[in-house]
Amino acid sequence: MLDVPHPTTDEPGETSFDLRKEAEAAGITDTLQQLDQELIGLKPVKNGVRQIASLLLIERIRQRAGLASAPPTLHMSFTGNPGTGKTTVALRMAKILHGLGFVRRGQVISVTRDDLVGQYIGHTAPKTKEILKKAMGGVLFIDEAYYLHRPDNERDYGQESIEILLQVMENQREDLVVILAGYGERMTSFFASNPGFRSRIAHHIEFPDYAEAELLVIAELMLKERGYRFSAAAREAFEKYIELRRSQPFFSNARSIRNAVDRIRLRQADRLVSDLDRMLDVADLETIDPADVLASRVFSGGADARSANP
Amino acid sequence: MKLTQGCFSFLPELTDDQITKQVQYCLANGWAVNIEFTDDPHPRNTYWEMWGLPMFDLQDAAGVMMELAECRRVYGDRYIRVSGFDSSHGWESVRISFIVNRPPQEAEFELVRQEVGGRAIRYTTVRKPAAHAAQ
Ligand SMILES: Nc1ncnc2c1ncn2[C@@H]1O[C@H](COP(=O)(O)OP(=O)(O)OP(=O)(O)O)[C@@H](O)[C@H]1O
Ligand SMILES: [Mg+2]
Repeated sequence: MLDVPHPTTDEPGETSFDLRKEAEAAGITDTLQQLDQELIGLKPVKNGVRQIASLLLIERIRQRAGLASAPPTLHMSFTGNPGTGKTTVALRMAKILHGLGFVRRGQVISVTRDDLVGQYIGHTAPKTKEILKKAMGGVLFIDEAYYLHRPDNERDYGQESIEILLQVMENQREDLVVILAGYGERMTSFFASNPGFRSRIAHHIEFPDYAEAELLVIAELMLKERGYRFSAAAREAFEKYIELRRSQPFFSNARSIRNAVDRIRLRQADRLVSDLDRMLDVADLETIDPADVLASRVFSGGADARSANP
Repeated sequence: MKLTQGCFSFLPELTDDQITKQVQYCLANGWAVNIEFTDDPHPRNTYWEMWGLPMFDLQDAAGVMMELAECRRVYGDRYIRVSGFDSSHGWESVRISFIVNRPPQEAEFELVRQEVGGRAIRYTTVRKPAAHAAQ
């Protein structure tokens, strides 16, 4: 009763299906639409997610039609540079999987090496299991998965964690879905030295870097969500900002934009407060002026101090 | 002699599916789920040993079942029980407890009566030694 209905094979007999209704009932139509609207760009990612959602929907209908069906392998890998939306998409993915009943609860447990691997002998297995227990019924998201494997140290405890993960990924496929995430090349070499992971992962999704135009749209979206907007001149200044910022160190796509937006708000507030003897109207409160953008250190050669932090 | 303690003990043994459902019920109520084991199932022994920590932050019973499988692997020859502790104000006590594993040879107890002053009787539950129980 408390369980979300799980796909079963013992209800044959159904012969026709209203696909739209099925998709709506599972909530995928909404989730995909949201994904489309709230995430700028990311075409290949959206296509990948849509394909997986379609596969799962059809799989579920096939089960009900009594057709042969093997439980699909759902473990995935998300590769891409910092701030390209991997964590954000993982959360959406969990929603889709939950809507279709492929995971029972739909929570996302996001971890890195430190959460899984211990400091001394006998510390790793309980740590990894603790996390697995929390992730049961949902999605385990392992960020920067390649840190689990230290090729230069044979006795690294990471290996122990990897072995437990591999076992659970194989034997408890109905209990949880594992998503490995990380930067492209390092993930490729991680998979090359851990064929066990490679063979257990069915879906690889690549997250491309954003184009400058996309970053601008993302910035405007973020401002809108926070109740601000660029003046025409400020918008132009921000285009310049993106162009410069992208070529500076520690650039991390949408996250850098989010940080920039936060600092721009700071400067705008500072500018407004610096002149206490004037009447403000709503437009003043909403509008970002070019000065708020141009004061950034990006324009004087260095990246903003704080953007070095993720 | 089948030991009857806690919930469901007059029913046939719960299957793993049934245990999973009970555990999920506990988790859904926000109770902390504990696995405990003992080789001393005397009814007055309330303090069984804990297998790991109370599990209060899980979403799904599969996590508890994973621990139970491990506990059975190590202590399959003992009694194992699952309990659900409700920490909410006013309850602060165990709400459910049931046996999920028994040794191949169950413990046996007998009642000893001792006549004391004024023909009063003192009752004691005594565990029979294993060798004796085997006959
Ligand atoms: N396409 C997008 N549209 C709008 N906002 C986005 C988009 N992609 C990412 N963001 C925003 O950028 C921020 C960083 O995204 P996210 O944390 O998902 O990146 P990530 O790929 O997981 O980064 P890392 O690899 O560093 O963990 C979030 O605030 C997210 O909302
Ligand atoms: Mg991330």
